[in-house]
Amino acid sequence: MSSTLIRHARVLGGEERDIAIVDGRFAESVERPDETIDATGLVALPGLVDLHTHLREPGREDAETVLTGSQSAARGGYTAVHAMANTQPVADTAGVVEQVAHLGRAAGYAQVVPIGAVTTGQAGQQLAELGAMAASAARVRIFSDDGQCVADPMLMRRALEYVKTFDGVVAQHAQDPRLTEGAQMNEGLVSAELGLPGWPAVAEESIIARDVLLAEHVGSRLHVCHLSTAGSVEIVRWAKERGVRVTAEVTPHHLMLTDELVRSYDPVYKVNPPLRTQADVDAVRRGLADGTIDIVGTDHAPHTAEHKCSEWTAAAMGMVGLESALPIVMEAMADYGFGWADAARTMSARPAQISGLAEHGSLEPGTGANLVLVDPAAHEVIRPAEHATLGRNNPFAGIPVSTRIVDTFLFGTRVVADGELRGPHATARGGQWIE
Amino acid sequence: MIRHLLSTADLGREDAVRILDTAEEMSQVSAREVKKLPVLRGRTVVNLFFEDSTRTRISFEAAAKRLSADVINFSAKGSSVSKGESLQDTAQTLAAMGADAVVVRHPGSGAPARLAAAGWIGAPILNAGDGTHEHPTQALLDAFTLRRALAGLPASGPAEGDRARGAGLDGAQVAIVGDVLHSRVARSNVHLLRALGAHVSLIAPPTLLPWGVHTWPAEVFYDFDEALAAHDFDAVMMLRVQFERMHQSFFPNTREYTRLWGLTEQRYRRLPAHTAIMHPGPMNRGFEICASAADAERALILDQVENGVSVRMAALYELLTGDGTEAQQ
Amino acid sequence: MRVRTVLDEAEVSRAVSRIAHEIVEANKGAEGLRILGIPTRGVPLARRLAERIADIEPGVAADDIAGSLDITMYRDDLRRGRLRAPEPTRIPAAGVDGTTVVLVDDVLFSGRTVRAALDSLADIGRPDTVRLAVLVDRGHRALPIRADHVGKNLPTAIDERVSVALREVDGSDTVTIASADTDDEGEARA
Repeated sequence: MSSTLIRHARVLGGEERDIAIVDGRFAESVERPDETIDATGLVALPGLVDLHTHLREPGREDAETVLTGSQSAARGGYTAVHAMANTQPVADTAGVVEQVAHLGRAAGYAQVVPIGAVTTGQAGQQLAELGAMAASAARVRIFSDDGQCVADPMLMRRALEYVKTFDGVVAQHAQDPRLTEGAQMNEGLVSAELGLPGWPAVAEESIIARDVLLAEHVGSRLHVCHLSTAGSVEIVRWAKERGVRVTAEVTPHHLMLTDELVRSYDPVYKVNPPLRTQADVDAVRRGLADGTIDIVGTDHAPHTAEHKCSEWTAAAMGMVGLESALPIVMEAMADYGFGWADAARTMSARPAQISGLAEHGSLEPGTGANLVLVDPAAHEVIRPAEHATLGRNNPFAGIPVSTRIVDTFLFGTRVVADGELRGPHATARGGQWIE
Repeated sequence: MIRHLLSTADLGREDAVRILDTAEEMSQVSAREVKKLPVLRGRTVVNLFFEDSTRTRISFEAAAKRLSADVINFSAKGSSVSKGESLQDTAQTLAAMGADAVVVRHPGSGAPARLAAAGWIGAPILNAGDGTHEHPTQALLDAFTLRRALAGLPASGPAEGDRARGAGLDGAQVAIVGDVLHSRVARSNVHLLRALGAHVSLIAPPTLLPWGVHTWPAEVFYDFDEALAAHDFDAVMMLRVQFERMHQSFFPNTREYTRLWGLTEQRYRRLPAHTAIMHPGPMNRGFEICASAADAERALILDQVENGVSVRMAALYELLTGDGTEAQQ
Repeated sequence: MRVRTVLDEAEVSRAVSRIAHEIVEANKGAEGLRILGIPTRGVPLARRLAERIADIEPGVAADDIAGSLDITMYRDDLRRGRLRAPEPTRIPAAGVDGTTVVLVDDVLFSGRTVRAALDSLADIGRPDTVRLAVLVDRGHRALPIRADHVGKNLPTAIDERVSVALREVDGSDTVTIASADTDDEGEARA
């Protein structure tokens, strides 16, 4: 029996109230708490849930491990992260996904929910054992070949249909491979001037258009990863009006940065899908504000220094973002009437719902005590060198933000206190998330 | 004064004219008893080539040697998996060896810019062609050649008098024809020709023009004959077109390309008598340019090669002399 | 700062004429003479000397003997200071081999410019004799160099500035000397 009372927290940025935690769940009240925390001036949000995290383990433990990635998540206010399948080996069997989930529990800083590959080896040839992964101890519900597009329309149709068996969802990395051969950055005026092969918006939009039509035809759920263009927002809006079961995601960097940054040829700005134009940034911000885009996913993609300390064309694509996501989203959305309730919806409740995580995304008594306390009036600057992730490829270095992650509670355990890692949840010692 | 030569977009008219004027003085050296200047004595210029280009390397080598520099040729082509790591390591190695300037040729756009900005090496970086981005000294030698021709001077070698000195290319009509999309020469030329006051026409099939080319400071033609009817060109620059492009569906085949965008015998004969014919080389004779045009009296193609040395001497001079401090009296 | 005129237009003209006569006399005529000015102001001076010599010696054309010799690329301080764009070097068509080259500059000071000019000349050809003509010799030599023909010897303090203005460059002919600013007003007045 353990209990915590958090006093005077502004819940979702609203009225101050106390939050009681008993045995890893939110409770109506607590009589004699073991620990009392004064949260005066802090905003309480349900622990953030990321549907799009690259933890790199197994295979590239030099870039990130489940432990360091989980610690980074906790410091960013995340209590659940979804580990993308493009590891080595690819997470395309029950064995690999169970191993990843196990590593997450052994780390004990965030619940690690594996995403399964759609196709064997993400090769786009034949379906992976989706049923086995769904039935495994990891209970996989989201399937994605992220990093690769499921480009074959027939295969995509089959995957969408097949995952209905266990109410799964296919998360598509929308990128037409033929239209993006050798692509290095957004195709536009900047790429033309810099002489870098372009990644046109239409390569994303054409796949999303195809997939929403397929999802409608077979009545399946589709999740669109990291959409990045104004046209993609329009297509998703149109599909939702038609009643297609589609959800969409945008990254913090596509909400904040444009392809003008590529003029520096600094590979920290190299990412897939690429940074787009200001018009696209404006469109995804509007889309997130009006609900067309359901969630923010970080696409946290750590790379070792040698994959980024190079010339642009040789550098790997990807940015880290778990520890800067919430502060950056709040800055990016400042002019769009986007409040703490919107942050809670797009970065916690809705992603938890898409993934079917009942214990996350809510502050209601009875659900898992996954919670983040943030200082909404901080004077901070993003300092990637101080982050817990092994990846130093954070494109927001030096950007001033007014949001600071103070405490993170993972199933009642305060894994981050005053911005610093405090110690893991009892799962690290072989316990369960909730005993 | 400029620190690196990465893009002609960084050159104002004043910078460009100064470099061309310096190149004029450099061109005098070829006629002298001692074809060498002591400017870079005791200094080391590294030719760092990640891509084969014997012509460009020899030109830079000759330029550096005529300025008395020690020259180290570093061919780093084909370094494998993590090319990035080798770029950083190579740069730091060159810095440790005391390179005073690095001439970089690289298949990836932006690699010289990255070398200049990453802090791995402090020496000035001279872009000798990066991917499909820029080739600034090629544009400078084109401008030098054209300026000579417009002044009625010999297109290369030492010139009598100072008629070209101080001049730009004001009012000159220049056509750039061919694979603009993949051409670093075209990008560098568009910036530089505009800075010097020339009017640029880009002539190419739409597949070989960059996205958004209508925003560039140039007139765009899909039809070569229409362009020839519209302007009285002072120079027609033919770009090299790689045969492989047809396999990527940029155009159906070489025959159709030549018919529509080649400087064919018929088009060559229709050119006004004063139109200079230029090509950055190496040429595909019979494809983008017919033999009579390539060998014509007014073809300045070999002059371009000769002027390359003078212009590269001027570029090295520009980057390696003066440190920006106030001069002693 | 106090500026005083050392040579006016008429005096500059007389100095040029005298040097021209000296050159012809020393060379026993104008045969094999090359008068090469060092940019900037040595060039018009050389031109004037060549024209005076052409006046004195029948059958001599100024164009055949006058030229310019830029020393920018032979300076010993090229790495420091501002970027210096080279000036034209224009040698008379017949070249300099076996000739008497007279180097011409406006002011002789440390001698470094002349040292650079000698190096530059050696790369162009092999004259029999090289002589030096200057409008003003202000002393303070840093190298073992002396002038053969001097318009005016001008003893100066090291911190004084000698300025030569010429019609072709500056619009008028005059040589001035400016004493440096000093905090000690008494000394400045003295």
